[in-house]
Amino acid sequence: MTYSQFGHMIPEMIILGIFILVFLFDTFSSEKGKKILTPFTTILFGLGTIAIWVTPASGEFVFGGMYINDTATNAIKAILNIGVFIVFLQAAEWLNSEETVIRKGEFYELILVTVFGMYLMVSARHFLLFLIGLESASLPLAALVAFNKQRLESNEAAIKYIMTAVFSSAVLLVGLSFVYAFSGGSLYFNDLAITISQGEMSGLLLVALAFMIAGIGFKLSLVPFHLWTADVYQGAPTAVTSFLSVVSKGAAAFAFFIIFTQCFGAVYADAWEWMMYAVIILTITIGNLFAIRQKNMKRFMAFSSISQAGYIMLGVMAGEALGLSALIFYVFVYVVSNLGAFLVINTIEENTGYLSMDDYNGLHKSNPWLSFAMTLAMFSLAGIPPFAGFFSKILIFTSVTSTNSWALYMLVLVALINTIISLYYYLLVVKAMWISPEEPKVGAIKTFRCEKVGLWLCVAGIVFFGLVPYIYQYCYDAVVNSMKLLATIIP
Amino acid sequence: MEATIPILILAFPLFTFLLLGLLGMKMSHKVAGFIGIAMLGTTAVLAYIVACTYYFSGDPAFIFEGVRQQYQVFDVTWLAFTQTLVVKLGFLLDPISALMLVVITTISFMVHLYSWGYMEGEHGFQRYYAFLSLFTFSMLGLVVATNIFQMYIFWELVGVSSYLLIGFFYKLPSAVSASKKAFIVTRFADLGFLIGILLLSYYTDTFNFIELTQNPELVLGTTGGATYMGASVLTVAMVLIFTGGMGKSAMMPLHIWLPDAMEGPTPVSALIHAATMVVAGVYLVARMFPLYCVVDTSLTFICCVGAITAFYAAMVACAQTDIKRILAFSTISQIAFMMVSLGVAYDQPIEGVHYSGLGYMAGMFHLFTHAMFKALLFLGAGALIHAVHSNEYTAMGGLRKYMPITHWTFLIGCLAIAGIWPFAGFFSKDEMLAAMFNRHWFWGAWMTMVAGLTAFYMFRLYFLVFWGQENPHYKEHKPHDGPWQMSLPLIILAAVSICAGWIQFGEFVTWNGEPYHIHIEAPVACTSLIVACVGIGLAALMYMKPNNLPAQFKNAWPAFWKAANRRFYWDEIYMFITHKIIFNIICKSIAWFDRHVIDATMDGFAKVTQSVSFRIRGMQSGEVQSYVGWYITGAIVLAGIAWLCFA
Repeated sequence: MTYSQFGHMIPEMIILGIFILVFLFDTFSSEKGKKILTPFTTILFGLGTIAIWVTPASGEFVFGGMYINDTATNAIKAILNIGVFIVFLQAAEWLNSEETVIRKGEFYELILVTVFGMYLMVSARHFLLFLIGLESASLPLAALVAFNKQRLESNEAAIKYIMTAVFSSAVLLVGLSFVYAFSGGSLYFNDLAITISQGEMSGLLLVALAFMIAGIGFKLSLVPFHLWTADVYQGAPTAVTSFLSVVSKGAAAFAFFIIFTQCFGAVYADAWEWMMYAVIILTITIGNLFAIRQKNMKRFMAFSSISQAGYIMLGVMAGEALGLSALIFYVFVYVVSNLGAFLVINTIEENTGYLSMDDYNGLHKSNPWLSFAMTLAMFSLAGIPPFAGFFSKILIFTSVTSTNSWALYMLVLVALINTIISLYYYLLVVKAMWISPEEPKVGAIKTFRCEKVGLWLCVAGIVFFGLVPYIYQYCYDAVVNSMKLLATIIP
Repeated sequence: MEATIPILILAFPLFTFLLLGLLGMKMSHKVAGFIGIAMLGTTAVLAYIVACTYYFSGDPAFIFEGVRQQYQVFDVTWLAFTQTLVVKLGFLLDPISALMLVVITTISFMVHLYSWGYMEGEHGFQRYYAFLSLFTFSMLGLVVATNIFQMYIFWELVGVSSYLLIGFFYKLPSAVSASKKAFIVTRFADLGFLIGILLLSYYTDTFNFIELTQNPELVLGTTGGATYMGASVLTVAMVLIFTGGMGKSAMMPLHIWLPDAMEGPTPVSALIHAATMVVAGVYLVARMFPLYCVVDTSLTFICCVGAITAFYAAMVACAQTDIKRILAFSTISQIAFMMVSLGVAYDQPIEGVHYSGLGYMAGMFHLFTHAMFKALLFLGAGALIHAVHSNEYTAMGGLRKYMPITHWTFLIGCLAIAGIWPFAGFFSKDEMLAAMFNRHWFWGAWMTMVAGLTAFYMFRLYFLVFWGQENPHYKEHKPHDGPWQMSLPLIILAAVSICAGWIQFGEFVTWNGEPYHIHIEAPVACTSLIVACVGIGLAALMYMKPNNLPAQFKNAWPAFWKAANRRFYWDEIYMFITHKIIFNIICKSIAWFDRHVIDATMDGFAKVTQSVSFRIRGMQSGEVQSYVGWYITGAIVLAGIAWLCFA
């Protein structure tokens, strides 16, 4: 091993650098200096995002094949970064509140560590590295969920989160140990792919697959591994909830795709696809069915995000470049749509403490701009043209139907029916804001600068992502480039 | 030819539309009107330049060995759907499109100028000019289309601008319903047009006019004798395309919108519903003429439709009281005249006839002269309405002393339309009748009778308005000629109506581009002159001085008179079909299906969703133990499924 190999890990190095700078700044700056911690971190992170986006991916396996940074991973990392950036904008005001201001630095540091973990998850081509990434993307989140430590709900949520997280890690590890046993001592994805493609189907690995789906399914909150989601989302501070619902999911979805198509694509494709078939139908349907009944906006968004995760997983079913690029594009659109909704929820909660859907009645009279942004976000999540969500759904559906399998057609049909249900509950919010005749409970709210920037970013994304074909093309090209590379290594 | 001027001809009106449409409300009426008139004047000059270059320059691209050529100034690809399905936009110059450029810009300029006086002080003056520009743009685009799809696009655009202008006084319910009626009826006809286009292009793989018409036998070949509902595909396609023309040109039975369209401002009626848009159907047939020739049935069809419509409209025009309605029916009748004329033309020699394509030339000639004198008559009617504030002739009478300019110009218009030598209508009508007699004596005789009726109802109108008893209201409100902006176009158009007949039209427009020397056919000319004079004389007898002859007439056949006055109940028939049959029987059953089957399914769907969602709520208990329980159960069940199915 040579140290020059670290030179291939540019995104990780950038995040690590930002982390160290923030950490040092937070530790050694005076009280006065701490006031500029927020702009310091946000701007630094923004610059880092741009740096990651523009740095060409090396596309080489390093550390003996454990790690790769190719065009596809680079794309998803940049997209996740945009999500984190918006979360930072969203959190800025909340962090300055009396309760959290002294721990402001910790928030950034913990988030940066999770981002680092996610990068490893995405880039790992070895199960051990993947596990390290997964854990470092999970455990700090428990601390973040409990960030409002004076509040009981927050603590309860953190306990629930850590317990299920640990449990799911254990299940995942059992699965990995089976894989280890099967492959004869190697945890490299590439080795595994070769071993599997040469061997017969084994029962051991089938169980391992089920456990791995459960383990990663926890992060994606796929049904039935989703039960923690609603309680944690509700209890956690809203900024953390949005981070959980968007960024953390995006990374896991990408890693899921890589692991299952690259390692188990050969002999076991049928087996895990059937398992996922059931899981996706359950996820979309149950997420929707629960979302219908929710009145608390954060719980509502929790179930909505469960069902959205089901749609994201459709990209895994499609496989191939088309599936992965649709998945990445879906995540991108989901980042702006969901964060847009959370920004509005957060703003209202910060100013009034209201969180129930009934509190949104007649909102357009007092806060037309917030209602407008929320409406766009809901339309996009529901997939109404011409907003971005429509195009991401179309692309992911077409990627699935391009496989020409009747079973998958049926899956798309179920997903389509579920879109109708989702339309119902997303429009409930719109109805509350625009059609309910009651006088608004929420007075006119002054949106803070950071939140405004975040909202504008999201609204622009919702409106333009679908209409600018360049973005999807970018995702597709990135994926095709990385797949070409893979084809040269694995026959 | 450079493409600059042709592009500018289209760009100027479009630009004016955008300018006045977007910024018009910030301008005063004067500025907006001036911009509209100036821009249109420039367009007219450019159009004249193009037309003159085409007709007179002698460039081999335009006239080759004495034969006028079709020339595409440009033809750019606009939408390329597939290899063969390509929509292009271009500018086609040939005898008829150059002719139309002149007609449209001339009349449009006259109307622009006239409207400055007529519409003065109206609310939405700027909007009015914006719409006029939009119409001019669309109409120009229509006539210079290089392919049938471009024509269709502009065809719809003129429909839209006609709709906007008929409904210009949008506070009047009658104007609004008239505009809707016009749009729906023409749109309905355009459905046939579109299907025809698709049928034709499906077999020929092209939209381009030159490719389609240069070699019609080849087109007939490509359809390969395919048949559709008992007729050859080409016949069906051409008849369907003609339905589009029937809608726009108000042929029976799709004529019902044109009389109502008179609710629009009178200058608009002059421009759109007399001179330009309504002749689009004639233009369409002329444009596709070689194709119509190869399927003889469709030409006969056009002939029949035209003959029936011409007679019907002339009858109705005799019994109307609203002066604009009389002119509207007269327009329908005259357009039908042109249709018959095209219908009797033929591209093969007919036995005993020295020039079988005469009908084509004559139809286009009449289109040209009719545009001039009908616009004149409408503008004259506008001046009358402007003076007495009513459309009914009962509010007029004896006006010749009060409005001399209007009176003389109107008289010239009436003489022209009646076909009296030496006015324009005489020449074009004579050529048309000659062509009809050439084909078959029946067509000639029938249309001569219609010509007689024309003279009768036009002079009935003339005498009722300008002669007869003076209306008592004149004492309170003395009628007078309009301002110069209104009188000037009247005078110019009157001058054109006098002279236009002397143009050697056959030198410019013939069906195959070869020049033809017009000469008067004495027997036909004499007959039609005598018939016209009889019609005028009859009208003078009945209406020049107040007498009881009209009343006697009315009492002799009361039912007939009433039916003619109600336009032979066509509107009632349409009402019956749409309201009683379509709405009651078809729509109601569809509505029932929608409510009880589709909605009910959706409601059931919602109910099931709600109840399932209610039942499974226990899963989310809030206890971590149960969460983990579900979790591990899920993982094990998954593993079990996989084991059972695959191991």
